Amino acid sequence: MQSADMPAHDLPAPRVPLEVGQVIDGFRLEEHLHQGGMANLWRVSHPDHAIPMIMKIPRIKGGEDPATIVGFEVEQMILPMLRGVHVPQFIAKGDFTMQPYIVMEHIAGPSLRPRLDQAPLPVEEVASVGVQVAAALHDLHLQHVIHLDVKPSNIMFRPDGAAVMVDFGLSRHDHLPDLLDEEFTLPMGTGPYMSPEQVQFVRDEPRSDLFALGVMLYHLLTGQRPFGKPNTVRGLRERLYREPVPPRTLRPDCPPWLQEIILRCLEVDPASRHDTAAQLAFDLGHPDQVKLTARAERSSTGGRFDTFRRWFAAVGNEPKERGTASTHVTRHSIVMVAVDVAGASPGLMQTMRDTLERMLRTERSVRVACVTVMRTRRVGMDELTDKDGESIHVKRLVQLKHWARPLVQSLGLDDPARGAGVTYQVLEAPDPASAIVEFARRNAIDHIVMGARSSSAVRRFLGSVSARVVAESDCTVTVVREVAGREAG
Amino acid sequence: MKLALITDIHANREAFEAVLDEVERHGADAHALLGDFVGYGADPAWVVDRVRALVAGGAIAVKGNHDKAVVDGPRDSMNSDAQRAIEWTRGQLDAAQIEFLAKLPYMVERHGCLFVHANAYAPEQWEYVTGRSEAVRSLNATHARYTFAGHVHDPQLYNLSGLGKIADFTPTPGVAIPVAPHRQWFVLPGSAGQPRDGNPAACWALFDTVRSELTFHRVPYDHDEAARKIAAAGLPARLGERLKEGS
Repeated sequence: MQSADMPAHDLPAPRVPLEVGQVIDGFRLEEHLHQGGMANLWRVSHPDHAIPMIMKIPRIKGGEDPATIVGFEVEQMILPMLRGVHVPQFIAKGDFTMQPYIVMEHIAGPSLRPRLDQAPLPVEEVASVGVQVAAALHDLHLQHVIHLDVKPSNIMFRPDGAAVMVDFGLSRHDHLPDLLDEEFTLPMGTGPYMSPEQVQFVRDEPRSDLFALGVMLYHLLTGQRPFGKPNTVRGLRERLYREPVPPRTLRPDCPPWLQEIILRCLEVDPASRHDTAAQLAFDLGHPDQVKLTARAERSSTGGRFDTFRRWFAAVGNEPKERGTASTHVTRHSIVMVAVDVAGASPGLMQTMRDTLERMLRTERSVRVACVTVMRTRRVGMDELTDKDGESIHVKRLVQLKHWARPLVQSLGLDDPARGAGVTYQVLEAPDPASAIVEFARRNAIDHIVMGARSSSAVRRFLGSVSARVVAESDCTVTVVREVAGREAG
Repeated sequence: MKLALITDIHANREAFEAVLDEVERHGADAHALLGDFVGYGADPAWVVDRVRALVAGGAIAVKGNHDKAVVDGPRDSMNSDAQRAIEWTRGQLDAAQIEFLAKLPYMVERHGCLFVHANAYAPEQWEYVTGRSEAVRSLNATHARYTFAGHVHDPQLYNLSGLGKIADFTPTPGVAIPVAPHRQWFVLPGSAGQPRDGNPAACWALFDTVRSELTFHRVPYDHDEAARKIAAAGLPARLGERLKEGS
């Protein structure tokens, strides 16, 4: 343990230069990979760890660079708390009383940064990058972390396409002290990407990450930055009232849905953005389901009156106290309801509506994804012609919307003011259970609601879809049964 | 070393027992008891004996204002419920128990940590550390990296950076917080025997000195029984009622 007589104001002295072959706590320095403004990166090896690893060592300039040191401490606190494919796996750390370092999994390949120089990129690529990054952000938010420095150089990809967020030096963990709070008098973040609330020193708003992602998607799509590259606080504050040029003005082939999504990310008020990164990912992955508003058609920035109105709102509206990454995410969930519109009894369908109504009555801004599965043959050509298949698909979609209508009306799910809304999907798949589980996984569904077949004989013969979904899915599953003897509603 | 931090037990046997069970379950190998063993609750003799046994086994214990009041007689600055409880408590303890309380130190420094009931700048004045400025004052009064204190019943964690910036944090129970030794930390584990933050569960904390990690904990206990005994002892009913609400 640290001795008690170390004065509080001395920071550790800078270390001697590091060299290849040097061993720190069992980690051998193999190759100097990168010297950044804040840290050096070394490829390292260790007899007990087989995976490729890097060691990040902060550059301490005579103990006079608090941003480097505190940012490094923040990353040392947060990275060990994180799990999963969207972060580099944490291996070890060394504290400031000896040699400060973090050892983590080495994510190979370039970051997203070089793609920025090749912008404008194809619409499909912009959307697919958006889906991957939003999925990674949602995963972080569920783990109580807000990244707060989302930008291309902090995004890597695994071979399967999953995005990996790196550099947690400005991040905030709900359950850990925020070492950056109060430490600095300037807004913290990267100028072009910083959300309006970050400019106003708010560090507990998960939707700040959605703003930064919106800036990035705008840039990848148009080749331009929506708010330029300001380097003064005054310049940063401009985004509180100046609207960006709509992407379609710069990129005429940008579809309305993508402009809708990007401009929604760039809203000044976080409450006007998507509620969660999962909802953003869902929209980017399902263009035909995006509810278009005036944003989609905007062709110029607001007039002088509009700018004045935004400016006035910005001045009068300093940020209020907000929730935290995790409470926010759980309050804005996506519920998937899987309805067998072709096979379920009217009584079961009514019971499912009743169950959902009870569940959603008390929830605000939950998105409901209505899904039905249209079975296709496993192997070879389907006996249906394409045309028949298409007409059945449309018929199922009509049935699904018809099923949902009473629910949508009674809960006001379609009300644009609620934003989250309702979507409809017909999945074509040979195996309904896998299709449902896969859809839920891909779309970060929080809760699946589905019916169980009422006849135990049929269940025995066909197997239970719901039992497999319960067994195989990662999220909460509610299985609804028709109440015996109940009249169809 | 895993050091269990327990404070402001206030003669609440049910809470103290529940905390000690948890402490054992978490594998703690040392105890620091930060004062106010008596006052308010119905089991002062049992609690003092348990504390004496722990101290005999090597535990750290410091004196709280209620402990001192039981030795000296109540101070006028105490509220009337507290004064009545002190008078009643004096009648419950034998000479040896009073003697034990009288001999408790105000402050102990061990393992590079400071243990004190109220604060490090004037431990006998009982000034509360209720905000950043008092926390800075206390941290500036010691070279110890870690100060553990009670007196304030709500769990809180302050840290002072190398640049002299203070920050405060309301901890989430059960989360291990890295507390690096190049900062100074002022730790309020929160009251075991009379929580006041709206959660009736007893507070305690565990400091892992090897990993430099601090975890705040809450443990539910039979507060109805503790309240029943307070009423049965003829102590002010309010002292029992507040245990049910954690207020």
